[in-house]
Amino acid sequence: MFVHALKQIGRFSFEILSSMGRALRLLSSALIRRPDHRNIPLIIGQVYQLGVLSILIIVCSGFAIGAVLALQGYTQLVRVGSESALGLGVALVLVMEIGPVVSALLFAGRAGSAVTAEIGLMKATEQLASMEMIGVDPIARIIAPRFWGGFIVLPLLALMFSVVGVWAGSLVAVDWLGVYSGSFWSVMEQGVDFFDHVMKGIIKSIVFGFVVIWISLYQGYDSLPTSEGLSTATTNTVVFSSVWILVLDFFLTLMMFEL
Amino acid sequence: MTRNSIVFDNVSYNFGKKEIFKNLSFEVPAGQTVGIMGPSGTGKTTLLRLMGGQIQPDTGTVFVEGKDLKKIKRTELFELRKCLGMLFQSGALFSDLTVFENVAFPLKEHTRLNGEMIRYLVLIKLNSVGLRGAAHLFPRELSGGMQRRVALARAMALDPKLIMYDEPFTGLDPIALGVISNLIKDVGSVYECTNVIVSHDIEETARISNLLYVLSEGEIIGQGSPQDLKKDDSPRLRQFLNGLPDGPVPFHYPAPEYMDSLIGVKNTKRTIIKRDD
Amino acid sequence: MQSLKIEVLVGVFLLISLLCLGFLAVKVSGFSLGKSNDRYLLYSHFEQVGGLTVRSKVAISGVEIGQVLAIEYDQETMNARVTLEIDSSISNMPSDSTASILTEGLLGSKYISISLGAEDQTLSEGDEIFDTQSAVILEELIGKFLIEQF
Ligand SMILES: Nc1ncnc2c1ncn2[C@@H]1O[C@H](COP(=O)(O)OP(=O)(O)O)[C@@H](O)[C@H]1O
Ligand SMILES: [Mg+2]
Repeated sequence: MFVHALKQIGRFSFEILSSMGRALRLLSSALIRRPDHRNIPLIIGQVYQLGVLSILIIVCSGFAIGAVLALQGYTQLVRVGSESALGLGVALVLVMEIGPVVSALLFAGRAGSAVTAEIGLMKATEQLASMEMIGVDPIARIIAPRFWGGFIVLPLLALMFSVVGVWAGSLVAVDWLGVYSGSFWSVMEQGVDFFDHVMKGIIKSIVFGFVVIWISLYQGYDSLPTSEGLSTATTNTVVFSSVWILVLDFFLTLMMFEL
Repeated sequence: MTRNSIVFDNVSYNFGKKEIFKNLSFEVPAGQTVGIMGPSGTGKTTLLRLMGGQIQPDTGTVFVEGKDLKKIKRTELFELRKCLGMLFQSGALFSDLTVFENVAFPLKEHTRLNGEMIRYLVLIKLNSVGLRGAAHLFPRELSGGMQRRVALARAMALDPKLIMYDEPFTGLDPIALGVISNLIKDVGSVYECTNVIVSHDIEETARISNLLYVLSEGEIIGQGSPQDLKKDDSPRLRQFLNGLPDGPVPFHYPAPEYMDSLIGVKNTKRTIIKRDD
Repeated sequence: MQSLKIEVLVGVFLLISLLCLGFLAVKVSGFSLGKSNDRYLLYSHFEQVGGLTVRSKVAISGVEIGQVLAIEYDQETMNARVTLEIDSSISNMPSDSTASILTEGLLGSKYISISLGAEDQTLSEGDEIFDTQSAVILEELIGKFLIEQF
């Protein structure tokens, strides 16, 4: 019983270590194949697939969250008579936390899972193998452009998310709840610092983009070529990405804002 | 026959505990059409994957065009593959590209031909498999047999020195079968391309091959020209060639006794069928 | 045709993201590039800077005229040396002006307030404001108050 449990733990940790090894190998071989001029159209195609097609969900969610933040913040702040700080509160929360985190979660759900499913299916139907046999390296042709595309796109989506959120917040606060627009914007401007807050939010989303696209590519590339293998891989992408985003968010916040 | 396109030297390969090949050695002479036959599940597809360098043998070496696939660098392997063609069992067409783009893909990747030249070449290849009219369709709009004809056109697009075919005859109607097998034969005789045909279709493979290998349970149980094999009277070979359900070559995948499985005898692991009874 | 459309959309996407970055920089964080290139530096030493941070504001009569550029411990004077970055349009501060560390509101953030002196000579790049008033630490104040009581 005890020995059995030990064995299980051993096997489990071996499995984790070896899959981390495979993930690292995939990443390094994708990075080694630096995008050359032939790869640029492929990357542009991926920016379209992963970025342009995600705009709608990002804008809608950003709008909803910005509006809710303003509404919630207002009910709290108005009790202590500091509703002029509403703009500051909404902007800080969006730029440093919610913007990078929620857009990364949405990105994992929309774009990450699509990448996993696409690559998993290409593997299952031997498209990757046949490309290899044609003498074209699927890592350079399929994996690398998706990596760079996803890496570029997420920080941009997070910026859009924050901006739409702030705008929605101003609509709710200024146009609906009647917070004075001068103080809404000027307190925000004074309190938010470009390097202290905006840049750190951008750094977060760069890290998240890297992690999410890496997980998505690895899960697809390493999936079992079966329907169950594919569904497991897609689920894993969303679950692992989400957990990593939240855990990393904690440590990044600790590193950048406290120390 | 001096030069060999492919040499297998004492190759063993296992999937986990399942032994697929054990000390397998054989050669594919250059410019010949070689048929490798065997019942399904013997590892014919695995054999082709070893030849393509997609998997590495556990022991032994595979040489393709004189290169040791184990020692070769990754870039060299991809360079080598440019002069190999492989027809996958499933076709393995790129599902997001049209039939035309699928056949054009190797040409666009590996040549500097202009668009017009590529168009000519693609249409010629598609015409030879009878699917010029389907150029604008997507693979999902074709039947399985048609997909594999497109895949064949794609495998031949760069006029490779060596083409490997995984079950090229299955899923084809009699007319297409005739055309395709003649196409393969012509590629071999006219362009002096080495053909490796892996198939369980004895008749058709024997018709166009110069040399046959019969594979069973990880070993070669018969080899020679089609005429030689017809005369060979080893029982295992006869069973496969004549299509008898029972004999030295088992029809069943290794399993517990049939009756035991049905009535649910415990410890079924112990009662594996012996094949020499 | 298809790829052209994609390229255009990707271009628009990049443009919009750039505009978003601009919006966050200018409208949300009030970042402007013009500010920092016409500024000059002043120094001053404080016994206690408690709570003052880099980029805290520097103000005269409550109007922002610059920011704190650096805070470090000075081994010679054995106290804190603060570097102030002052807008160059403020060019006539008397050399006997006083720098005090104050708090915005009761519990707000610390900032440096400069009260002007009377000398004719004015402060310029690299000068030191000698007259300083350190930060008031609430705990110390309360402690002192308690000790005096007993
Ligand atoms: N990925 C795999 N994992 C484990 N066993 C496999 C795998 N692929 C094939 N096999 C086993 O290897 C044997 C040979 O497979 P394959 O080469 O596809 O046979 P063939 O092409 O001759 O029909 C089969 O018995 C199969 O069970
Ligand atoms: Mg097979």
